[in-house]
Amino acid sequence: MTLSRRHFLGAGASFALAGCAAVGGEKPIARVVVVGGGYGGATAAKYIRNWDPRIEVTLVERNEFFVSCPISNLVLAGTKRIEDVTLPYTGLGRYGVKVVRDEVTALDFDKKQVRLARGESLPYDRLIVAPGIDFQFDKVPGLAAAESSGRVLHAWKAGPQTVALRRQLEALPNGGVFAISIPKAPYRCPPGPYERASVIAQYFKQAKPRSKLVILDANPDLVSKKGLFLKAWSDLYPNIIEYRPNSELIEFDAQRNVAKLQVEDFKADLFNIIPPQQAGRIAQPLISVNNLWVGVDFQTFESAKVPGVHVIGDATAAAPGMPKSGFMANNHAKVASDSVIALLTGAPVNREPILTNTCYSFVSDKEAVHVASVHKWDAAQKTVVPVAGAGGVSTARSALEGEYALAWARNIWSDTLG
Amino acid sequence: MSTALAASLSLAAAAQTAERPGRTWASTCAACHGSDGKAQGAIPAIAGRDAEQLYRTLLEFKNGQRPAATVMHQHAKGYADDELRRIAQAFAAQSAR
Repeated sequence: MTLSRRHFLGAGASFALAGCAAVGGEKPIARVVVVGGGYGGATAAKYIRNWDPRIEVTLVERNEFFVSCPISNLVLAGTKRIEDVTLPYTGLGRYGVKVVRDEVTALDFDKKQVRLARGESLPYDRLIVAPGIDFQFDKVPGLAAAESSGRVLHAWKAGPQTVALRRQLEALPNGGVFAISIPKAPYRCPPGPYERASVIAQYFKQAKPRSKLVILDANPDLVSKKGLFLKAWSDLYPNIIEYRPNSELIEFDAQRNVAKLQVEDFKADLFNIIPPQQAGRIAQPLISVNNLWVGVDFQTFESAKVPGVHVIGDATAAAPGMPKSGFMANNHAKVASDSVIALLTGAPVNREPILTNTCYSFVSDKEAVHVASVHKWDAAQKTVVPVAGAGGVSTARSALEGEYALAWARNIWSDTLG
Repeated sequence: MSTALAASLSLAAAAQTAERPGRTWASTCAACHGSDGKAQGAIPAIAGRDAEQLYRTLLEFKNGQRPAATVMHQHAKGYADDELRRIAQAFAAQSAR
């Protein structure tokens, strides 16, 4: 305990100085701009200020509120309201984060400025880009028109589409066929579509038991938690859910409500089409992997293309076994924050990052399952890889894990937004 | 400066400059256990717990000695003992409230 006591006292002195500098309104030692206030960006903004208040942090976000994708499937099922997954950004003010509500129009790497639609350009010493995903509607003929008509929704960014899809599900007659189309991996939230199918199937079971839910999966098999989902479906929803692998959407005919798949045409009364995805388009100049994702150095999350620019969250080209999840984005943010502070202050970068992930999925209104992993730096592969022997999935679905899932949401929301 | 204020500044200070890798590794736990281990709801709060006790608990998870575990045994197996010790110390350095 002697060692930690010494740490304790040494720490006191340096904080007092930093605290005085911040209170006295002295010039910050550096400026960081964070683009995007999702699970990654908001966490990074908070943690940089938390760990080094001498750094000025500005977070640019176009939406007034944070709407969580995790738990939003329960809004579709009718067991939660959109208000339950909607949070303000005001908590970040307590950490001294400047939150600017605006649209980023360009990243100017030469001038080290972020250009905004309405406000003055924001200069930075280091930039964190956390734009999440954008959809590739144009990859599927007919999809863009179907989406813009409002008849076919993705609801894969929680918000107005979540509420609108819930209304469509309520309007579906008993006996109606509802189809969920899943794109080829990688996409945001690997188990998300299967959770969505599970909790909507429970709604059907209670409210419209003659209805069917067909999963049209572009992938050759379930991408995540396969055994747990298949067991839940056969135990709980045997006459409702039908799973079809290798069912990539090739074209969509909005006139006839028909999905053209590789092997067949599939007609349903209501479609929920999750489109193919890529890094958010504001990160386009940083994209370096498959023309879709941003390659980063996982020790610092610095872009492979532009020095001084760090990219976190779903927009990154994932390391092996790394999911695009809110939890993972929150963890990216912490490694990136620590590195950004080190690089701005001349301290050594931690060359042994550890990232973790736990994704809970509800399979009914009360019961949930999880998948967990721990990711560490591998010097030979020069990336982070899942630790062999660690991680895994639930032994069985349970109400206890349902409680943990809801507690997880409260805690990560508070960890992300202050 | 009042004793209470001095104490709270010192605690905040510990959060500021606790050993950096340990602090950063511990922060990854916050997604479930709350910022600095101050959890709400069904997940246990771990801020301000005794470092030795936390470390022993993590080792028990790692060694499969906690049969009721749902996920922590899967996480704990991903860390070296020394990493678990430093994570435990980072949470012990936080105030419980």
